Amino acid sequence: MATIKIRAKEKDGVTTVKALMTHPMESGFRKDSKSGGMVPAHFIQEVMCEVGGKMVMNAHWSGGVSKNPYLSFKFDGGKGETLKLTWTDNMGKSDSVEEAIG
Amino acid sequence: MNELRRLIIKGSVAAGTLGVAVGAGLLVPTSVLAAWPDKAFGEKKMDDAISTLLGSGEMTESAEINIKAPEIAENGAVVPVTVTATMAGVESITIAAPNNPSPLVASFDLTDGAHGYASTRIKMGKSGDVVAVVKAGGKLYTAKKEVKVTIGGCGG
Repeated sequence: MATIKIRAKEKDGVTTVKALMTHPMESGFRKDSKSGGMVPAHFIQEVMCEVGGKMVMNAHWSGGVSKNPYLSFKFDGGKGETLKLTWTDNMGKSDSVEEAIG
Repeated sequence: MNELRRLIIKGSVAAGTLGVAVGAGLLVPTSVLAAWPDKAFGEKKMDDAISTLLGSGEMTESAEINIKAPEIAENGAVVPVTVTATMAGVESITIAAPNNPSPLVASFDLTDGAHGYASTRIKMGKSGDVVAVVKAGGKLYTAKKEVKVTIGGCGG
């Protein structure tokens, strides 16, 4: 299942990327009301964005980022190129998406 | 048999050299470069977390950093934060919430073409500052903004 919704738009030489990921982002500090135990941490640790094989942005996150995280950033150029966004969580799961910059 | 033995020895020597090269930092595989800084994220105090992550705790307050966050957040589980840094040569933007159980929330490494801009949504356990630390030209700059939280964010 695709877990990433992404939009990348180029205007006046600057590309703005907006991405929305589907992820529980459990910090590991939350109590489970049913069992009384702690809900184990499960969050995205790393989000990486590459354009034309070159890294533009690399984010490291903790469980302090909200559930179903939103991310936006900007970079120079990018017109007509394809960007690749990848996330990896603390359980080793990952997903990536490729999007043509429009 | 002997031939095979020679081959195996040769092979292991070659692999050994490669291992040494990686160890010495001559070849830096991206996975090592991008390793998640677990120590910094595990720190309980914001200052410790920042100096562990960025290598220094010396920061200058800067008016060139703008933090956009609500003054009153009704729901601490979702606090939109946008950091814009207008200085030249921004290398990274780090967002922290000193009152959270793990204060370091997110860190964005920005390479050459990227603008000093990062926007995301964070959780805040209780009212307090949102702190942005920007690394530019090898120096650290900081700014903060107070956010009042009416419902804590740890309940998810």
